[in-house]
Amino acid sequence: MPFIPHTPKDVNDMLQAIGARSIDDLFDEIPKELRIESLAGIPDALNEMQIGRLMSVRAAQDGTPLNFIGAGAYEHHIPSAVWAITSRGEFYSAYTPYQAEASQGTLQLIYEYQTMITSLTAMDVSNASLYDGGSAVAEAALMAVRAHRRSKSQRILVPTTLNPNYRKAAAATIAGQGLKLEEVPCPRGSLSVADLEKYRGEDITALVIQQPNFFGVLEDVDALTDFAHANNILVIASVNPTSLGILKPPGEWGTKGADIACGDCQPLGVPLSSGGPYAGFLTTKMENVRQMPGRIVGRTVDLDGQQGFALTLQAREQHIRRGKATSNICTNQGLLITAATIYLSLIGPEGLARIANECHARTQELVAALTRVKGVKLAFDKPRFHEAVLLLDRPVAPVIEALAARGIIGGCDLSGDYPELGNALLVCATETRTTADIKVYADALADTLKAAVRAA
Amino acid sequence: MAMQKHPEKIIFEYSRPGRGAYAQFPTEHDTPNDVAADIPENLRRRKPAALLPEVSELEVVRHFTKLSQLNFSIDTHFYPLGSCTMKYNPKACNQYAMLPGFLNRHPLAPDSAGQGFLACMYELQEMLKEVTGMQGVALSPMAGAHGEFAGVAMIRAYHRARGDLARNEIIVPDAAHGTNPATATMCGCVVREIPTNEDGDIDVEALKRVVGPNTAGIMLTNPSTCGVFERRIKEVAKIVHDAGGLLYYDGANLNAILGKVRPGDMGFDVIHMNLHKTFSTPHGGGGPGAGAVGVSSRLLPFMPIPLVGKEGERYRWLTEKDLPQSIGRLSAFMGNAGVLLRAYIYMRMLGREGMHRVGEFATLNANYLMAVLAKKGFDPAYPRRRASHEFIITAKKQKDTLGVSAMDFAKRLLDYGFHAPTTYFPLLVPECLLIEPTETESKEALDGFIDAMVAIQKEAESQADLVKSAPHTMTVRRLDDVRAARQLDLTWKTSQGLRPTSEKAV
Amino acid sequence: MSDSPADLKYTKSHEWVRTLADGNVEIGITDHAQSALGDLVFVDVPEAGKSLKAGDAFAVVESVKAASDVYTPVAGTVVEGNANLGSQPELINSEPYKGGWIMRLKPGGAPAGLLSAAEYQAHLAAEG
Repeated sequence: MPFIPHTPKDVNDMLQAIGARSIDDLFDEIPKELRIESLAGIPDALNEMQIGRLMSVRAAQDGTPLNFIGAGAYEHHIPSAVWAITSRGEFYSAYTPYQAEASQGTLQLIYEYQTMITSLTAMDVSNASLYDGGSAVAEAALMAVRAHRRSKSQRILVPTTLNPNYRKAAAATIAGQGLKLEEVPCPRGSLSVADLEKYRGEDITALVIQQPNFFGVLEDVDALTDFAHANNILVIASVNPTSLGILKPPGEWGTKGADIACGDCQPLGVPLSSGGPYAGFLTTKMENVRQMPGRIVGRTVDLDGQQGFALTLQAREQHIRRGKATSNICTNQGLLITAATIYLSLIGPEGLARIANECHARTQELVAALTRVKGVKLAFDKPRFHEAVLLLDRPVAPVIEALAARGIIGGCDLSGDYPELGNALLVCATETRTTADIKVYADALADTLKAAVRAA
Repeated sequence: MAMQKHPEKIIFEYSRPGRGAYAQFPTEHDTPNDVAADIPENLRRRKPAALLPEVSELEVVRHFTKLSQLNFSIDTHFYPLGSCTMKYNPKACNQYAMLPGFLNRHPLAPDSAGQGFLACMYELQEMLKEVTGMQGVALSPMAGAHGEFAGVAMIRAYHRARGDLARNEIIVPDAAHGTNPATATMCGCVVREIPTNEDGDIDVEALKRVVGPNTAGIMLTNPSTCGVFERRIKEVAKIVHDAGGLLYYDGANLNAILGKVRPGDMGFDVIHMNLHKTFSTPHGGGGPGAGAVGVSSRLLPFMPIPLVGKEGERYRWLTEKDLPQSIGRLSAFMGNAGVLLRAYIYMRMLGREGMHRVGEFATLNANYLMAVLAKKGFDPAYPRRRASHEFIITAKKQKDTLGVSAMDFAKRLLDYGFHAPTTYFPLLVPECLLIEPTETESKEALDGFIDAMVAIQKEAESQADLVKSAPHTMTVRRLDDVRAARQLDLTWKTSQGLRPTSEKAV
Repeated sequence: MSDSPADLKYTKSHEWVRTLADGNVEIGITDHAQSALGDLVFVDVPEAGKSLKAGDAFAVVESVKAASDVYTPVAGTVVEGNANLGSQPELINSEPYKGGWIMRLKPGGAPAGLLSAAEYQAHLAAEG
């Protein structure tokens, strides 16, 4: 029997020890009329060879196209060592470190992760991760409401330059608790202090600033942060960790720095994998540590005074506080931050800066190549990192389909979330795209647009 | 086997300026500052992050391999952690979910470039509907607690859509996971707790007293966290439905009944499944999980998006356009897709017959373990009941007579090479050890655990201090939790006890 | 048997109340409560000026394994929270009725339903 080791003799001996005649007897407390006899809709079992064949066919069907989308998930080089170690059974098949003495590996790793991510964001403390970058924004908003005791409004400002899927995830998560997410339109592709002027003097709990923003445009984070603080508004930064190799970390924004920083660890050694599993990170200043959701690991000593690691500040959490917990979350994305921690260890400060620079160079190269194609222009000519919005002379969706047929994932169609932008396409290049890749895309795009003209 | 006696250094202690895993660095643009010259100076990082280590690739590999060796895991140890279903995670599930076509697929790639992946997801939805008896399944919640959130949010949305705005109370038994009341609060609901009776069933009379026009729903785990099946479930369902409320099934213990009885048939309106438990995706040191939700027909319009739909032979994402009443999007993309692939592979490998065997052998193992431990003198918390896939031993007798607590047993088990059961949960059973062996453990593994428990009992009787000061063979002894909380040390600092000035000075 | 000084008043939820010479009241948690919680690691004390109704939760006390709200049996305005508890939460463990006080309150009405030390001890005995 797959994955079940019992021999017929084992079963007999065990039933005898229990004093039952059959395995079926063990279910005799379940009302008879509820019991089922078969699961007709489940197919026959496949052995490993058969499932291997099926999955290989399915995976090959999706191929390995040349990818030019970012929009919250970025294709980076992943060192072989990252998943060779992360996939070790001792990480892969362990659970939450409830028994600290038997989980020092996971616990120390989380402590190292917390250290690296606070250093990267220039904040004081980090939790052990949340589900993803979207849920991290939601948890950050809830946390801001708890942390900002003088604000009663529970109003959170979200510029439209924040990833629309993050906005949606946050809205769905906080809907039940009376928080109000208020969208701030950013027609010029970035948020300006002028856009915020109308909130001056009002009771606003927090402002979310994404850097680089969803369009790849760099926000003027110092001015925005100072405006917010001058108006008694907490600042939640949503940042791309790769960008922090060259961009100013949230802890240094403006005079006082952001209050909470969050984002997604996916760029740090986590494969695209159709959207998950990723890991959300959340860091803050020490004064807010007790308002954080999720697991936190601390360094302490054992009975002999030797260094060791344990979960701490657990009284915030659901298993103790139940209905009054800071969140219902009871795990982290342990395996993904294992990958992220190993990735950051390999890459180090120099590697991260070089990768960020390489991404930037490739994006500039991509934008230059694509805007040379007839029918394509740049939407926002502003300082950027990683990605850019292009405007096509026709609807984007058919162009994306035509490119996909040629093995190119050409970008993200913004017409659904940003109809006001017209035929907008969000494109991205990381360090994994070469000059040759970019040429392939530019040529294909030119062909596609020409072919469409001929067809019309 | 004793673990290494000296703890592994912290990664930063290996760091040396100028060292690095250079094979991993891009080489094409070697003059970083010139490349980023078009980025305004005030938006740029002035100094590199001080606490990213500068270490060689071998140092990284060795350090993290050593850290891994400080963990207990399913691959290395029997891990009878109650309510967590720590069963074998087949290697095939990992291997085939990591094929390049799946791994490199961007979540926003067009549907036409994801038919292989979407087919797997669609079939997973269908299989989960079948094994739970529900009418619709959404895969995007990323953990059990996240699925709970989706479920309660759907209950709330259902009542609101009918204009029934007063229903904001969620009834939760006192034995419930802490996530249940925490979730109800997150959804803006008020928690009403009801007691559990001495045989582990919920107190139906108390339930009758709390239901009414404010009842949004009840959250139940069945079999419950007491390790027993809720025998009056149909009566409970009727009471709640008659009062206008809905029934939420917490799938934490679905493994116990897989292939034997289905939540949909018991009368539940909405459920979450912990795919990392029942369908054996890895726990990963605390995640990722996957908390797919299933619904009865009346909640179909409210499911979280995206879902996977099928039109003819084509699969496509269903979004807010298809489900305008959806509770919305709970993740940036579509949840923990890679975990879902692993669950899909596992379910296909189990097949129809394998599903039945999961519930059967999980139950056989638990009842065997409970019966033999009882014969050896341990006290089951519910001796008149069948175990489900798990059961509770109470060490109250040992605590009262020998001064040896459930926690002491748990810690001493580590010395014997067994991960501890869940301790002190559920809260209503004193000195509680919640033990879940799972179906993938052999009789010999269970017998080894029994022998260890008996040996520890003997030690407790003759040399209690040995047990009370356990563990003795781990990398560390018992840790000072109080110090950890009072003197917060959450990030590594330099030997002077300070952050390097380069990090904070700018 | 836990200690409960005769000159204080008590609540069934394990707070004690002392009337000070200036008419304000001092409130903390009982010896029994601190012992049940274990070593305290954090106390969230209220800010001066906050106005409270009888029965409001005004503080949270946390140990490693538990957290509990503390309720005021008396309505009024917070005069001060015990700032020492910020760095020394263990004062509640070591001297629950002295240095471990949690807040001082200017009462806005007469406290009702408080227990004497003997009644509190009887309540503890009944709670088991």
